Amino acid sequence: MNHFMVFTVVIPMLTAMVCLLFGRDNLAIKRGVGLAGVLATLGAALYMFGVAFDGAMVVYSMGGWQAPFGIVFVLDRLSGSMVLLTNVLALFAYLYAINGSDKGPYFHFLFLMQITGVNGAFLTGDMFNLFVFFEIMLLTAYVLAIYGSGAERVKYGTRYVFLNMIGSAIFLIAVGVLYGVTGTLNMADMAVKAAAVGSQDAMLLRSGSYLLVTVFAIKAALFPLYFWLPGTYSVAAAPVAAIFAIMTKVGVYAILRSTTLIWGADAGFVTGLVVPYLLPLALVTLALGVVGALAATRLRALIAYLIIASVGTILTGIGLYTADGISGALFYMAHSTLISAGMFLIADLVREQRGAAFGDRLDHGPAVRQPVLIGMLFFIGAIVMAGLPPVTGFIGKVLILEAAIDSSWTMWLWSVFLAASFFTLMAVSRAGTVLFWKSQGEPSEDAPDVGLRLIPIAGVFSCVLAMTIFAGPIVAFTDATAAQLLDKTQYITAVLGGAR
Amino acid sequence: MINYQILLASSIGVLVAAGIYLMLRARTFPVVLGLAMLGYAVNLFLFGMGRLEIGTPPIIQDGVTSYVDPLPQALVLTAIVIGFGMTAFAVTLAVKGFVISGNDHIDGEIPRTESGGDTE
Repeated sequence: MNHFMVFTVVIPMLTAMVCLLFGRDNLAIKRGVGLAGVLATLGAALYMFGVAFDGAMVVYSMGGWQAPFGIVFVLDRLSGSMVLLTNVLALFAYLYAINGSDKGPYFHFLFLMQITGVNGAFLTGDMFNLFVFFEIMLLTAYVLAIYGSGAERVKYGTRYVFLNMIGSAIFLIAVGVLYGVTGTLNMADMAVKAAAVGSQDAMLLRSGSYLLVTVFAIKAALFPLYFWLPGTYSVAAAPVAAIFAIMTKVGVYAILRSTTLIWGADAGFVTGLVVPYLLPLALVTLALGVVGALAATRLRALIAYLIIASVGTILTGIGLYTADGISGALFYMAHSTLISAGMFLIADLVREQRGAAFGDRLDHGPAVRQPVLIGMLFFIGAIVMAGLPPVTGFIGKVLILEAAIDSSWTMWLWSVFLAASFFTLMAVSRAGTVLFWKSQGEPSEDAPDVGLRLIPIAGVFSCVLAMTIFAGPIVAFTDATAAQLLDKTQYITAVLGGAR
Repeated sequence: MINYQILLASSIGVLVAAGIYLMLRARTFPVVLGLAMLGYAVNLFLFGMGRLEIGTPPIIQDGVTSYVDPLPQALVLTAIVIGFGMTAFAVTLAVKGFVISGNDHIDGEIPRTESGGDTE
């Protein structure tokens, strides 16, 4: 059996429980256990990525119950690479956290459970199990979002919690409708059954599908459902905001997976259900994200809006619904997840060294105590985030722009993309100028040093650098991933075998 | 059988309507109550998606030929547990918000122009 499939879920869950045993004390032990857990999960994720790299599809049936009756985990190129991305990001966020941002009794437990939920959501091949992993992910996210307390965090956290609780209710209704119509919860089986639904149930199937995509759009922060994001992300603690960078991508993943599998080609009454709406909505998301970034008054709010813009970029690529478009979107997804997490960490350094009065407000405040170091980090991060050549953001955007040449949306897509890139550059340069050049007043001497927290940020940068240098092989891989996604029979055969 | 269907459908409808009304109150306690009501409605709805049968067991027994789908019942059980945890957390958060901000508005502040009878 392929028991390695459950390791990326079981290892963080078990280490989380171990951390829970140590309660309020023993910070050093919890850090050690947590770090071991994060590293072991990353190892498992690397192994899984290696297995999936050549295009193998591995299906793991929980407790030996065969699909479509039992719950399955499905490893393919997409889920393998998403799990790897999650755990690389988790390592960086965790390394940052254990250098002083992990005060409080349950941080390590919550952080590891968050990874559990995200990994599970990427791997599962069952609709209801997806719901359960979403809930694990969300419940820990609720607590992490208000971790450390404070009026701002509780205020935005409350909205985040209530909105997502409504989202969960809609998710259950959607799953209920789809189960009522297709009689299955297994995604592969649902794809087969949905394609064969008769006209008497077509409207029910379509409304269930629309409800489901609405829920995924809330998670992905797609226009018009992104208003929860800037507040929540911009006030969360730095390592939490960094790990939240993957959370919107879970929504994007769910949209991509269900769009290619259930609402893809030859799907009867739900053929191409979402695709016509995805592209325009994604372009609006991109445009509004950049407008928000221009108007942001705090550095972390600016980054949060750029996350929304990046979701718009990714979903534009998916909305093109060609192999090239999806491939470019996947490349951009890895890039934007890493760099937005890195930027949240840098913003935290800025906030800390400017002192409590100014924090990360984009205002003429005191200088940071280590202007050269933090300024350089910000400068590199901003270049990557804005997508200047020759780094990853630029490559990702070019891939999507190229993919759009034959599309009927070319004019809109090109103009929105290019304008958005320009205004993103403007927004980050304005922030950099205000923070590092137009500072007034002496830096406070007692501000904490960057110290070891440089390591995770350097880690993010080296990943981006590696993605730039090895862009050729990586794009070959994302091309193969897109091809695998668009051929849904491969997934269905892997899960259901010849039995269908 | 028909009565059973009408009863289930209308109770789902009433619960959803009440839940949405309460959720639009923009104060934490009514919103938590509204979410709980919506949760009940969702659970009943999931239960109904396994088709309504009376007097049929979900587990295989001797001498029984007609069964009801057991899966939605398992789903409802899971959803109840998750909903319970979520409601508990939402209540805690609402109390924390009240302690920190001194009022029970979702936005954490009393709106400047009070309307809709929402006066202090």
